[in-house]
Amino acid sequence: MHDMTMAQQAALLASGELTSADLVEHYLARIEQHDARLNAYLAVDAEGARLAAAEADKRLQRGEAGPLTGIPIAHKDIFCTTDMATTCGSRMLENYVSPYAATVVDKLQAAGMVTLGKANMDEFAMGSSNENSYFGAVANPWQENRVPGGSSGGSAAIVAARLASAATGTDTGGSIRQPAAFCGITGIKPTYGRVSRYGMVAFASSLDQGGPLAQTAEDCALMLQAMAGHDVRDSTSSVLKVPDFSESLNENLAGLRIGIPDEYFAQGLDSDVGDCVNEALSVLESAGAILKRISLPNQNLCIPAYYIIAPAEASSNLSRFDGVRFGHRCENPQDIDDLYTRSRGEGFGPEVKRRILIGAYALSAGYYDAYYKKAQQVRQLVSDDFTSAFAEVDVIAGPTTPTTAFERGAKSDDPVAMYLNDLFTVSANLSGLPAISAPCGFADGLPVGLQLSASVNQEARLLNVVHRYQGLTDWHRRMPDAVA
Amino acid sequence: MLLTPDDIKQIAHLARLGIEEAALDHLAADLSTMLDLVEQLQAVDTEGVEPMAHPANASLLMRDDIVTESDQRDVLQAPAPALQDGYFLVPRVIE
Repeated sequence: MHDMTMAQQAALLASGELTSADLVEHYLARIEQHDARLNAYLAVDAEGARLAAAEADKRLQRGEAGPLTGIPIAHKDIFCTTDMATTCGSRMLENYVSPYAATVVDKLQAAGMVTLGKANMDEFAMGSSNENSYFGAVANPWQENRVPGGSSGGSAAIVAARLASAATGTDTGGSIRQPAAFCGITGIKPTYGRVSRYGMVAFASSLDQGGPLAQTAEDCALMLQAMAGHDVRDSTSSVLKVPDFSESLNENLAGLRIGIPDEYFAQGLDSDVGDCVNEALSVLESAGAILKRISLPNQNLCIPAYYIIAPAEASSNLSRFDGVRFGHRCENPQDIDDLYTRSRGEGFGPEVKRRILIGAYALSAGYYDAYYKKAQQVRQLVSDDFTSAFAEVDVIAGPTTPTTAFERGAKSDDPVAMYLNDLFTVSANLSGLPAISAPCGFADGLPVGLQLSASVNQEARLLNVVHRYQGLTDWHRRMPDAVA
Repeated sequence: MLLTPDDIKQIAHLARLGIEEAALDHLAADLSTMLDLVEQLQAVDTEGVEPMAHPANASLLMRDDIVTESDQRDVLQAPAPALQDGYFLVPRVIE
């Protein structure tokens, strides 16, 4: 049953041919069989999942079920849960059990979804390989010596290895889309504010956005429907009405204007990846879309602007970890400064420390204008590029990542080489736009991702284009041999 | 190198972040590389460009100024590493 999409499982649950209890037992057995190698789960709550499945089966029998009732998922360990620890991949929160649940967790639970466990991730969502987790790296199910991407690497590996029907993730600079691309699955970063950030451990608050990772656009549409909407507990969450994402999935692509930025097919792009993406664009063209060359002239400034803004916001957000109210506390502090300094020094890993330091530097007196203000001005220029582009085209297409998944350890000593993984993804975060990654082929046995972005609040359009594409291709149905 | 080990010490102090002496050289090199990466921002003409702080700049909501949360002191303090009589414990601050 793991070879089915979530939508297919939902249909069988609704008709009574499948029970949630069966699905949960099936996935628990698969986790037992495969996760020792993958390390994609940080915690599995078998008992809680069985109870929730029994509850879901009752709802299904009573005819009170929604489209997601009884479907087993994993939550990225950045979403607060009250019945399991929320570690954020960090020693700092190793034993932290939140007194409240994230809005996303509450909403998916209310929709009847069953939580199997919590997914591994880069510490505080800082990373592109999942190697920054305090609890160990995650293997890419396609080739286990390779990284699954990050920071939602556990979530992507879980979906790719079919150890849950879908998973939640967060995306600050590409953390849903890059691992989705590396693991051959579909993942969408919604418009900034579409999904509530309440109970989602903060990394960079003006960039962070939660979203689903699943096998298909159809599955992402179902999950995003339940995740999205205004939340009084997140004042930045959008008050706009959430459209019916499933309703528009089948809309015709005839006349759809797809912009192809020259800058996405330039230096740094692996030629095999470029070939797969070009092939995907031909498929969309044959479905009636019109391809149009465009330019995003400030594309080369996205990474530099991002690596000021994200660390600056992180250094501010992470100041809450002080060893006093929650999280790691050092032994026998001499005085208050020693308590702060040692608790933080022991609790944070190397990449988190680098980012706190660079952020603190960029915000410090004398450097603020040169770095932080400058980066915010460049952010406006990047955003303006998209505004101009979307006056001419409906969506923008290109590769999600410059390369396929790399080997573990290949970039862990070179922070800047690691950052270049986000070359094509950070612009959507800087501008607040929705963007999706979907599988579009393989290079040397490793999945390649096609990225599509659209104007704000146009998630339905992205899901529609990918759904039509997935009706014409079968890349999204491929499964790694080792877990088949 | 743009940043020296002494600079790292100073920034780490500002961030109240414990760094081992042995890690200072490596961090100075890493952070200098990061600053090299962002250096190209300086060449961009941003004269008159309004800084973009947030994608939701114009649409922040205000809520009614009324109490919505109940007293949950015990629940919210439960994760604290050290408590006494309902207060968070810290080392003596006033001698």
